[in-house]
Order: sequence, then structure tokens, then C-alpha cells
Amino acid sequence: MRTVILGFCLSLSLFAQARAQGVPAAVLSAEQQRIAAIAKASKSAVAVFANGGNGGGSGVVVSPDGYALTNFHVVQPAGSYMKCSMNDGRLYDAVIVGIDPTGDVAVIKLEGRNDFPVATLADSDRVKVGDWCFAVGNPFLLATDFQPTVTYGIVSGTHRYQYPAGTLLEYADCIQTDAAINPGNSGGPLYDANGDLIGVNGRGSFEKRGRVNVGVGYAISINQIKHFLGCLKSGRIVDHATAGFNVATSESGKVLVSNILEDSDAYRRGLRYDAEIVSFGGRTIDTTNTFKNVLGIYPKGWRVPLTYRYDGKEVTTRVRLTGVHADEELLELVQRKPKPAPGPRPMPGKPEPGDEPEKIPGDKPKNERPKLPMPKPPMPLEKPKAEPPPPAIAKMIEPRRGYANYYFNRLNRDRVWKAATAGADFSKATGIWTLKGEHSRGGAAIEVSLAGDKVSGTFPAEKATLDLAKDLDGQLAPSGSGGLLVALHLWRQLLIDGPEKFGDVYYYGTAPYLTGEGEQLAEYDVLIATRNVVELRLAFDPASGRLHVLEMVADPDEDPCVVRFGDYREVNGRQLPHRLVISRGEFVYGTLTWKDLQLEGEASK
Amino acid sequence: MSNSSSLRWFALVCAAMFSLGLANSASAQQSLAQIIAGVQPKMVKLYGAGGVQGLEAYQSAFLISDEGHILTAWSYVLDADVITATLDDGRKLTAEMVGMDPRLEIAVLKVDAQDLPHFNLDEAVALEAGQRVLAFSNLYGVATGNEPTSVLRGIISAKADLAARRGAFETNYRGKVYVVDAMTNNPGAAGGALTDSKGRLAGLIGKELRNAQTNTWLNFAIPIGELAQAVVDIRAGRLRTANRNETVKKPKEAHTLALLGIQLVPDFLPKTPPFVESVKPMSPAAKADIRTDDLILFVNEQLVPSHKQVLEELTFIDRVDPVRLTIQRGQELIEVQLTLEP
Repeated sequence: MRTVILGFCLSLSLFAQARAQGVPAAVLSAEQQRIAAIAKASKSAVAVFANGGNGGGSGVVVSPDGYALTNFHVVQPAGSYMKCSMNDGRLYDAVIVGIDPTGDVAVIKLEGRNDFPVATLADSDRVKVGDWCFAVGNPFLLATDFQPTVTYGIVSGTHRYQYPAGTLLEYADCIQTDAAINPGNSGGPLYDANGDLIGVNGRGSFEKRGRVNVGVGYAISINQIKHFLGCLKSGRIVDHATAGFNVATSESGKVLVSNILEDSDAYRRGLRYDAEIVSFGGRTIDTTNTFKNVLGIYPKGWRVPLTYRYDGKEVTTRVRLTGVHADEELLELVQRKPKPAPGPRPMPGKPEPGDEPEKIPGDKPKNERPKLPMPKPPMPLEKPKAEPPPPAIAKMIEPRRGYANYYFNRLNRDRVWKAATAGADFSKATGIWTLKGEHSRGGAAIEVSLAGDKVSGTFPAEKATLDLAKDLDGQLAPSGSGGLLVALHLWRQLLIDGPEKFGDVYYYGTAPYLTGEGEQLAEYDVLIATRNVVELRLAFDPASGRLHVLEMVADPDEDPCVVRFGDYREVNGRQLPHRLVISRGEFVYGTLTWKDLQLEGEASK
Repeated sequence: MSNSSSLRWFALVCAAMFSLGLANSASAQQSLAQIIAGVQPKMVKLYGAGGVQGLEAYQSAFLISDEGHILTAWSYVLDADVITATLDDGRKLTAEMVGMDPRLEIAVLKVDAQDLPHFNLDEAVALEAGQRVLAFSNLYGVATGNEPTSVLRGIISAKADLAARRGAFETNYRGKVYVVDAMTNNPGAAGGALTDSKGRLAGLIGKELRNAQTNTWLNFAIPIGELAQAVVDIRAGRLRTANRNETVKKPKEAHTLALLGIQLVPDFLPKTPPFVESVKPMSPAAKADIRTDDLILFVNEQLVPSHKQVLEELTFIDRVDPVRLTIQRGQELIEVQLTLEP
């Protein structure tokens, strides 16, 4: 007790002393808060060093198993293997996981621990101009001593839109700060005053003053990255989205559709030329820039809420976004590597590609005025040779066309599939699957028979058979369902074959789907599977692992057949759905309730 | 006093102090965002001439009256046929030039609107070195439409005379400036507002100034106290282009550029700046030592921002009277008087 009191006395006298020196208690307390926030935040910051001295940048760890965020333009020259240091004084091996070249984000994975200190992700939409913030990182590659550099400032602007360079590196809805963002800070964290992560630094405005900070840095908002994180962990090259329509601000200040593609999902949802956009992605749209900001924070393939006014009616719907780039186009843009470093060292002060920390993408560089030499990062005169990754790390790198690192796609595909089947084996259930039940409309009896060579069904007022020798995209029975029979056939095939044998099955990442309770949305693990000429999009509940929604896409320009799975019950040791809700576009075909599910072939097991 | 009661007492005091500190810092934090939100409605984004060869076609400004007077830095951006002022609420209005003071390199514009939030120049504060400041501007043209301007925070490093001279900081202004430790003077920032940490107006952010010898950039603002009188003069009608109605009589025989011996750069723009192309030897202009590349700013105290305006202004001056010209040569202002020989 006495020591406690003594402690209080001591702290009081310290306070008193400080008071005597004219430092108000509020200042001291603010100082303590700042010290605490920086100490907390610095733990999760990462300094990225590219293999073979090809520059580097910064990053931030967001999961205890070592997934970290950085910039695409940091990892592009670094390749698939890099070294990362943290302020615990250790150097970790890291591999590339996924990239978002348009948004300039990349996910890497640090190896060697399962208890990495992680950043707390804040809600960056709550950030206000004037809020204090700080960047932690590796400017000019100074963090070779394991001590990241901290630069403090305020938020200078929010929801900023910075045009892409070509079609890559678009910074939509980003945070502008006057905290110093220099070459090497790229990919590193921007924290709020509490030390919570609000963005990833990556860009600045420079123009004529050389590529050093001039008080105008930009950070990709963490809310945008939250949307992409699930997709980035998939090992894919993730694309940004287009809505299928353009908008322009009218003279009366309304944001109107100025152009719309007739094969876009938005058109199918009833959006037309001259319709007024009221809100998009849950945000009120008052200018064209706001629309571009919202569009820029979503990955290709997501469905995003849209409210529009047309023909005197206000409609709220969700529209599916398509990619900014064609797959091949994105691939080509990504593989266009920066020029290799020339052999001889250039004149001192002349920037040499590969030898600096990454260049921060800035506004259209102009050379109309003379420049002083850029401060050179302290680099050894002899470039270190690129080392091959250690064997344990090399196993985690699987190059494949179309992927940043296929290893992580296979890992996630197998994880999702294992959870979906919950250990049950369908591979022997190759006989006829007979599903008997009733349709919600009047309780009409339904019977579906699925087999490898014959698929047929009896529906209300309709009998249908699939001709499996022909393309399936034209056989969309029963009428109105959009292809329920094909969906069930391929569902059975996927369960029997598994993702390896079924065809091309890859892990998309995560995307929001309706949970089935009102308008509530949640993120689900998504697999995309292609067989015959149709594509399946399968959304799995990350908690139970079960298949939640199956979308059968016969024609990408038409609405898919959507089958929602529910009421899972055990049938001979396998969990099977006993309720299916089938819809296409706004039309609900009905709810099917199975009374009797027979999976033949298992007797022979 | 027993141990426990003294402990309670200490704990209470500490808790009080702690909560005081927390509350103070929390309210200070919140109010910075609020202060900024209070200033933003007074800021204006200007768009005019430029857009070529690295010259930005935009700059910053702020409202100084509820009826739409706008203060900004005088620059080539204003040499446009139409100057557009975008207010904080996104309204795009055409701004008319009220007048300018080339010595201070400031200009006052006006938009046709009422009841506007504005800074009152009479309430501007004077700052000393060490004080915290906020800089509001549309640097790099980051903000468009109704998007708020960018805000940087810094400290006044010094209040000092601007060491303006050829080869160093080339500008007409030679008075006191606030030197700021933040990079306030970026492309497009000229004309922005420098405020104290409470959002009270203190200065007008100057142009980008680079010292050619050291390749350093100066971040500065002109104290409002240095320019308030000039703004009053501009608004009172001095230092502005002549605004005559058609009843004003012109002399029968007026001055012409040819008689004075001046040839201006050809009039190829809506507002071609009146630069001297050549001077006829032995002419009144030559005798007054007018040179090629001189820029004519005033004719008999009337502002002449364009080639056409010079021609127009001369038609009001009788040949028997002298013509007074204010000329900018490099970064110098020169007053000359021209008289026709009988």
C-alpha cells in the first residue's frame, strides 16, 4: 500500500514538476498517448527488402499467421520471394500471395511465426480531415537496422480520387495526408491517432520537386482493402470493377446515367439511360467523382447495392460488377516488368532502376525544371546477388499463368472443399441420385433423377431431360428456373469428382451474398468451377463450410440460375441440403423441399 | 489521515488530473476537425488560363465578403477570358476581375452570389514565429467540385522580409512574409488561406518560389496585415480596370501606340498580356527607356490586363496630355511618363 502511495506521490510530483516548467497536463497526456500509439503500431509494421537488392518498401501484418499488406508496385520488382524485417529485430522470409495491380495492393505472407503482432483495422470511412495520423515504414530503406521510421501529420483530405497511370494504380477513395510519405514508405501503414490501421501508403503528388515528399501523400483506404483482402489471399491477380454504365452530372446537379451497356447486369436490373443514381455501395451519390470513388473500392465480381430513380420510381437492387480489364489484358500489364538494372553504375545521383527503393507513383512526372539529385538510399556498392529461397519457402511458390502464386489458390480451394464435404466421401456415389419432394407452389410433387449418363426431372406441369452429349448452356429446364436441372447435375458431378477432377476449379476469394435473412449480407468463400460450357459460382459459409449458394451461369450476359441451399440434414453420413430456393434475376422459381434423397452407388462401398 | 483515506485522496486527484488531460486532448482533437470544417466553406477553387508546359490552369482563393468578393494571388491563371470559381458547396460561378495590385501580386475577383461564408480581413490575426498554422489550398488540383480543399499543418518558422531578387526568389513582393515549415506552396496552392490553429485568417499563401541558386523552394504566406489596405483600395475602385459608361467623351485626337513608338506582342488571345514587342528608335517610348519584354500594367492608374485594354485606355487620353505607364520589367516595377513632341 505504501509503495502504491509512494508511486502516486512520485507521479504527482512529476506532474507538478512539469507544471512548474509550464507543460500542461493535457500536453503530457497527449504525448503519452502518442508514444503508446506509436509503440503499439510499430510492432505490426514491416520493412520489405527485395531479393538481390532490387529495392524494397514497407508493409503491415494483418493476421497472426503472417499475411501482410503492401503495394503492388513494391512487390512487382521484388518477385515472389522477399525478406521482411520487423521491429522485434528479426528478419523473416516472405512470399507473394496475391496482387491487385489496379488498386496497387499486394498481399504477402511472412513465415516463421503463428503469433505475428497484427494491426487493428479501423473504419476508414470515419476518418476526418484534421485527424492526427502517422506513417510507419522504410523510407529510403533506412530500416536496415530494424527500426522503422515514424512520420506524423494530419489527414489533409478524405475520399480523394487519383487518376490511374494508364489503367493501373488507380487510387479511388483514398486518404490524403501531410505526414511525410517518401520512396520506401510505399506499402506501409498509415495509422490513426490510436495506432489503428486506416490505410496503406503508396503515392504522392510531386511533379517538379523530385520524388521526395512535398506534403501530399495518399493512402489506399483500409475499407477498400477489406473488400479485396479475401480475393488477395487467393493467390490470384485480382481485378477492379466496372459497373457497365457511365454517369455524368447534369446541370441541375443530379448524377445521371450517360451511357449503359445493354448486356450489363445493371441494365437487367432495370437501369436505363438518364436514370438518376441515388446511392451506390450504400453511399449517397452527389457527384461523378463520388461514383468513381465508390466503384473503385470493389473487386470484379461483387454485387453492390444500387438505388436509382427512373420513370418516377425509386428502385433499390444489387448489381454485379464486371472487370476493368480482360483477363489477358491484365496479365500482360502485370507481366510488363520494369526495365532490368543496367550493368555499370550510373553517375551518382542519377536514378537507377532497381537500386532505389521503389518509386512512388505520382502525378504525371514533368521535367520542365532542373532537379537536384535525389537523396540516395544507403545501399552497398556491390549489389547482393539474388539468393534462391530456402526449400521450405520454395515449396510455397507455385508460378502459374494467371496467378500471382497458385500455391495459395490450391491451398484455399482444398480448404474450402474439405470444409464443404466435412469428410464425407461422395466419390463412390456414382449411381443414380433420386431427389423427391415438393414445390412451394401448391405442394406439387417433384422428382429429379441424376446420373452420369442420364438426367431427368418431373416438375409442376413439366417433364424435362438433359441431353448430356450436347452443350448444356441451351438446356435450361425447367422453364423459368434458368437451368435448375443443369445446376443439380453439375452439383452432383462436382461432389463425386472433387475440384481436382471436375474441370477448372479455382478459389475466387470472398464475396458478399444474402444470408437468407432479409437483406442481410455476409462474406462467403467462393469457388468458380467451369465444365462443359457453363460456369458455376459456389459460395460456402465460412463458419459451417456448407454450400450456401450455387449460381449456374449458362451465358455471362444473362442472369444465372441461383440455387440457395438450406436445411442441411444427414443422409447416410453425408450432410445434404433439404431445401432449395431457386431464382433467376428478380423472378423466384420457387422453394423445393426434399422429402426423400437417395444416393445410389454407396451400397457398393 | 489514515493510509486508506490518503490513498483515496491521491487516487481522486490523479483521476481528476487524468480525466482532465484526456478530456482536453480529446476535445482538442475533435475541434481540429471541426475548425477545418468551419474554414472549408470559405475556400474557393479557381480555374483559368494554363494547362500547358507544366503551368497549372488552377489555383486557390478564399471569400472575403458575403457578396462574393474573392481574394487570390495574381498570376497567369487569371489571364483568361473566363475565370471559373468553384465554391465549397460545388457551385461553379464565373468570376469577374475587380482589380489587382501588381506590387503585392494579389487580385480581387467577384462572383454573383449572396450570403456567402467568408473571412473578414479586419479580423485577421497576426502571428509570430513558433505558432501553429493550418494551410488550406487546392494544391495539385486534388479537389474538384464540392470536394473540400487540402489542409496541411505546420508552424511559422519566421516572419521575415522576403529576400526577393533576380536569380533568387523572383517576385514583385518585397514585404514581410510568414515562412512556414510545411510544404504549403505547391502547384495550385497560391491564393490559399493560412490560418492559425483556431481557423482564424492570418495570411495568403504565395506562389511557388524557387531559389535558382540553391534549388530550394520557399513556403510562405503574405500576412493579411500587409495587404488589407490594398484590398480596400481595389474594392474602392482604385487599382482596377476603368469602368466607363458610353457617355464619357473621348478626345478628338487621342494617343495611339504607334505615335508613342510601342509595338505590343500580337493580340492572339482573348486576353493577351500587353508585353512590348519592340520600341521605335527616337520615339517617346524610346526616350522613356521602354524596352522589349516590358509588361504594361497601368495606363494613367487604370489597370490594363490585356492588349485590347491598352488600346482602349489610350483612346481616352488626349495627345496633348502626358501618358503615365506602370511597367513590369523582370521583377521590377517602373513608372514612366511619355509625352508627344509637338
